[in-house]
Order: sequence, then structure tokens, then C-alpha cells
Amino acid sequence: MTRLSVRKTYKLYIGGEFPRTESGRFYPVYAAKGKELLANACRGSRKDLRNAVVAARKAFAGWSGRTAYNRGQILYRIAEVSESRAPELEQELRRAGSSKGDARREVELSIERWVHFAGWADKFPQILGSVNPVAGPYYNFTVPEPTGVVGIFAPETPALSGLVDRLAPAIVGGNTVVAVPSESRPLAAITLAEVFETSDVPGGVINLISGLKSELVSWLASHMDVNAIDLGGVEDDALRRAAQEAAAENVKRVVGAAGPAGDDGRPSLYAIRDFLEMKTVWHPMGV
Amino acid sequence: MTEEIHDPRGALERLKPGPAAPMPVSWEYSPSRESTDHVRFRSRYDLFIGGKFVAPLSKRWFPTINPATEEVLAEIAEADEADVDAAVREARRAYEKVWSKMRPAERAKYIFRIARLIQEKSRALAVAETLNGGKPIKESRDIDVPLAAAHFFYYAGWADKLDYAFPLRKASPLGVAGQIIPWNFPLLMAAWKIAPALAAGNTVVLKPAETTPITSLMLAEIIQEADLPPGVVNILTGAGATGAALVRHPDVDKIAFTGSTEVGKRIQRATAGSRKHLTLELGGKAANIVFEDAPIDQAVEGIVNGIYFNQGHVCCAGSRLFVQESVVEPVIRKLRARIGTLRLGDPLDKNTDIGAINSRQQLDKIRELVDSGVTEGAEMFQSSCPIPSRGYWFPPTFFTNVAQSSRIAQEEIFGPVLSVLTFRTPEEALERANNTPYGLSAGVWTEKGSRILKIAQKLRAGVVWANTYNKFDPSSPFGGYKESGFGREGGMHGLEPYVHLD
Repeated sequence: MTRLSVRKTYKLYIGGEFPRTESGRFYPVYAAKGKELLANACRGSRKDLRNAVVAARKAFAGWSGRTAYNRGQILYRIAEVSESRAPELEQELRRAGSSKGDARREVELSIERWVHFAGWADKFPQILGSVNPVAGPYYNFTVPEPTGVVGIFAPETPALSGLVDRLAPAIVGGNTVVAVPSESRPLAAITLAEVFETSDVPGGVINLISGLKSELVSWLASHMDVNAIDLGGVEDDALRRAAQEAAAENVKRVVGAAGPAGDDGRPSLYAIRDFLEMKTVWHPMGV
Repeated sequence: MTEEIHDPRGALERLKPGPAAPMPVSWEYSPSRESTDHVRFRSRYDLFIGGKFVAPLSKRWFPTINPATEEVLAEIAEADEADVDAAVREARRAYEKVWSKMRPAERAKYIFRIARLIQEKSRALAVAETLNGGKPIKESRDIDVPLAAAHFFYYAGWADKLDYAFPLRKASPLGVAGQIIPWNFPLLMAAWKIAPALAAGNTVVLKPAETTPITSLMLAEIIQEADLPPGVVNILTGAGATGAALVRHPDVDKIAFTGSTEVGKRIQRATAGSRKHLTLELGGKAANIVFEDAPIDQAVEGIVNGIYFNQGHVCCAGSRLFVQESVVEPVIRKLRARIGTLRLGDPLDKNTDIGAINSRQQLDKIRELVDSGVTEGAEMFQSSCPIPSRGYWFPPTFFTNVAQSSRIAQEEIFGPVLSVLTFRTPEEALERANNTPYGLSAGVWTEKGSRILKIAQKLRAGVVWANTYNKFDPSSPFGGYKESGFGREGGMHGLEPYVHLD
């Protein structure tokens, strides 16, 4: 006797909850090879993005105010839970068209990256900060702080590790994120959201809005309460350019302006630095 | 506890009264004017391109004046698109053929030379800065010029040490940097821009502000004297159109801009899609927060320095004063008294505290915003100091009973005008201090160490001065959060905007 499987509804991830898009719209997601319909993903709306930015802003003070040790442990917890859910994540990638070996390697790479960035939490401030030898009786130091709410457009492929590569450095630095996952292969990212939800990541720190990048990019780039935007996953030159122009309205920091760059195999400090501000504090010295 | 005053030349120390002097009948100062006979301007300045002063292809010149007297000091070339192109070509040639190939230690020595020449010519540069910009000579002499020299000296030493600044990456220069600077600290801003760019191996096309070109052109003469290879630094004078042409030029790899947020946004839009690297240092509306346990007399000095330094023409000026309610009365009383002692007048007089407003246009803007403050119902206090009949002047001013929503509490005035607001709790102070699109700087005054660190951490601003204000140093990174721009100038962090990392 065959059992009828229970299909998953793929929804958005906003403020620690999994709502459907308020717009009620969807778009079909197909397996990369062939025409097999995998799911009807949410086609996120401008209102969904706004809700996600509100959730991210609300979570910012708490997340950036946690100790670095605590943030590091939560990233490590994401790695732990990803490991136990690795078969499911692999399955998502395979359904989207990856070979068995590629899917396994991509999930493993994602887990390695969470571990890598978890370890950076209480180290990057020591590498990037400084005590400055000013010519006067002052104690002067510079510390990195998170930029704020960061918008991320993840690359189309690799759908999972490409998202993790941008997400992990942004949140380890204390930022909160509104991310748009791969448009053609969004399902692994949405399953990853279930990992976040069970990894002590506070609601609102990571928000995922699936949908059409062509419509989401200008809305996120022009949102006045987003402080920085990563356009690395936007393939169309004209869209990226328009987004850069829109970003100027509140002087957003723009990364990935040159478009998809691929993974050079060097996850690094410099990806964390992309979403940091340097604060310098002066105080007189005397008795 | 007394606050240490940053006074490297001991100038303030010398001004302290001697012991047991008999009480004078009057506190009037005699004039103490810095002489200008040792400073000669050319009657006409051309563009500095490829190591030479060349007449502009535009065939246009404009007068530059002394804002304290409205007298013309010299004619200045106005660079047009063709001039910009010629300068960028020279910068590209110098980059490809000379500067990027030079041993870094040799680059360093050229930059050290510039620092030394600025020190040698510091008196002339200070006088020129004051004549052309209107700032008090004691500020150009003790702050602008020494800091400009220090900036070149600091970054010179980085040229052969870049590998230490970027672990596991190879730092290479970006190429040709187009740099646009404001009129409030003309020579110092030129130093902030040129020094790190050269240290990292870039070549430069610098555009000084329309109203204050002279010290940049004197710097061009210094660069010639230092035998810097032709084309490594090019200086183009002109107005907004010249800057716009530089931003648009397709062979410029990097734009660095210091100026208003409005123009900064325009530049960010203009460089979209171009792959030009960009850093912006824009406006501010800094909160200066005084808690009830602050040393009030020192705080009042800090408030005065925060807003009236350089006539308030300072992007990081402490223009929003937040005073805890329990100490509003003594702070306001002492502030009034202190403002009454500020001496406004001849910028060349060594006793002058408040110089001339930089331009007619800026004076109009200050007046308009001050009028709006009165119209919106704030209470104005203004120094009754005499105002010279010629030139552009505005007396030190502050407003009380200022609503958070009023224009004088929201908009950057860029003049000697302070808005005083009050608060009850630290949480309220932080909330309101951060309630602005800007985030360049902030001040906090309290004797409580733990409070300093917490407030400094929670303020969304790039520079926080605790129990001091408006201090600058080449080793200290400077730059904004939010709409005050991105990128840092100063310190190791100031190298990043000028390198590509492989």
C-alpha cells in the first residue's frame, strides 16, 4: 500500500514566524531539469518586505547588544542544527537539480561556514579595532559596530551556501537581515529558516522573503530604514544600477555592486567588515 | 579634575594670566594682528596639471575674496570638462608610468617631504587660510596647518607597511582618485584626501571648494618644490560643475567627497553602475549631551568649542545640546556669560574667537534657518558683540525652548547657532540624540565612567567625544554612520578607501 506524502507549504520567514505573503501571490518553482513542479513559493510583496524590515529593526537593539560570545554560540548552534538536518537540506538541493555529490558538498560547506563565522564573533573586533596614538593627552580607541538593518540578495546558485556566505558574516557582526533567497531555487533557504527557528536565533534577526528579485530589489534598495544592501545576487546590470541609485536616497552602504562574484573559497573577515561601522571614542587623560 | 586642552604649541598656556597681577580697570584687548607682509599671492592662479600651472582650456577665471573684507585676493582658474579630462589623463599617465611602479619606501619619502614643507611654510599657510576662509588665525595656526602636516607625516609612514594593515590580503592601489573637498578646513581637507591616497599608491585629481582655493594652490607649489613626479597630484579649481565633471569622468577609479549630504547623495546616484569606488563624508547634526553630574564649567567650554569653533562651519559641530533638566539653569546661565566673552572680528587678530562667515551664500542660509527658529517659537539668545561693517558675520547664537521637530533641531545650519534641548533620563537622551538621519559625531559630559562607556556605545555616530569635543588627529579614524556618509579618514582605517584587496 502506498502512502500519500504530506507536502510542505513553503512560506516566508518574518520576525520568527512563517507567514504566507500578505499579497496571496505565488510563483511556481520547478526542478532545474525537467518541468516537475516542486512548490508554489510565496511571491513576496512590498508590504512583506516592509514587515520584514520592521521586524529586523525591532530585533536590532537586542541582537547587537548581546555579548559576542553569545552571538558566536548561536551561530555555532545553527551549524549543529544544520548538521542534524543535513539530509533534508541535501534533499532540497537535489530536488532543485544538484547531483547527490554536489548537494552533499554544498550542505557541508554551509555548515563549515557557520562554524567558521561563529568563531569570528569575539575576534573580529580585536583585529578590526584599534587604540590610536593621538598626539595629545587623550585615550582614543576605535571599535567596529554593526551597520544596522542589512538587505541581502543571495545568488541564484549555489542556492544554500551562497545565502549562508552572505548571511553569516552579516549577523555575526550584530546586524539584522532581510534576505531575498535564490529566486529559481528558494526552497533550501526556506528550509534553512526552520533551522534558524530551532537554533535560538531571536525572531527578526534573520528574515527571508522569497519572490521575484526584479520587483523586490527596488523596494528594498529604496527602503529608508535599511542601512546597507548586498546586490551580489542580482544578475541584471540595469537592475543593480537602479538599485544603487535608489540606495543613495538614505546613503546606504552598497556591496556586491559589481554583481555575482562567486565563492573564492576564502570566507573572511572582510565579508564581516562589509557591514560594520567604525566608531572612535575620545576621552581626556588627567589626574 | 580639569580637562586637558589640546595645545601642542603651548599657545593657550602662554595666554594664561601671570600671578598676582593688579586688577585692570578694563578688560579691553589691544589689537594683535598677525602680519601678512610675508605672504604674497599671485594675481592669477592657473590649474595645476602634470606638475605645472597651466591656463585653463575654459579660458575662464573667477575672483576669490576675503570674506572678512570682501576684497578680492586673486583670480582663480575655472576648470571645465576639457580641463578635467586633461588632469585625469595626466593622473593616469603618472599612475601607470611612475607612481604605481615606485618602491613604496620611495613614495613614503615624497610624502614625508610634503609634511616637512608644510611645517616650514606653516605661518604663510595659516595667514592664507585665514585670509581666504575667514577663520580665526589662532585656529588656522594651531589646528588646521599643524594637523595638515601631521596627516601627511602619518600616512607617509604607511606607504611601505600596507601588508600589515590588511591581514592575508595583498593591497593594491585603485588608480586615479577624484577628490572633492569643502571650504571649512581647506588645507586640512586636502591633506586628509591626498595623504592616504598617495600612500596607497594612487594618483590624485583634487578639486578644492570654490570659495577657498588658495591654500590648495599653495600646496601645489609645495608639491612642485618636493619634486613629486608630475601628474601624481593635480589640482583643479572651480565650482560645482567642475566637481560634477570629475565625478562623471570615465577614467576615474575612485571618488572621495566631503561636503553636504544633499550633494553626497547626488554623487552616489551619479556613480551608480560605474564601478567607481566611493567614500562620502557628509553632514551632521551632532548631539552634545550634558548629564547633571558633569563638570559644568568644563562642559560649557566644550559646548562653546563644539558649536562656535570655526564659526560652526564644522560637519561634526555639536549643534544639538541636550542638557539634563536639573542642570539647565546653571548651564544656560554660564553659556550666556561665556558667549558674552567671545571676541568676534578681524580673523587675523590673534585674540579673535569668532571669524567671518565663509561666504555670502552661507550667511544667507544661516539667517534663513535662524529666522525659522524664531518663527517656530524658539527663544533666541545672541551675543551683543559688535559686528564689523564690511564682510560676512554672524554673532554666536543659541536657542532654548526648541521643539525636536523644528528645523533648527533637524537641519544642519553649519553656522554658530546652537539648539538647546532638555531631557530627564539617559534613555530619553539617547533616543532623541539618535533620532536623526545623521550620525557623524556626538559628545557626552559626565563624571561617571560607566555612563560614558554605555552612552558612547549606544550613540549611533562615528566619533564620540567624552568630556571633550572637536578633537582631531591623523591616527584617529573619522567618518559617519547613516546619512553622514561611509568610509573613514584617518588611522589605519583611512587606508581602506584607497586600496583594492586581492
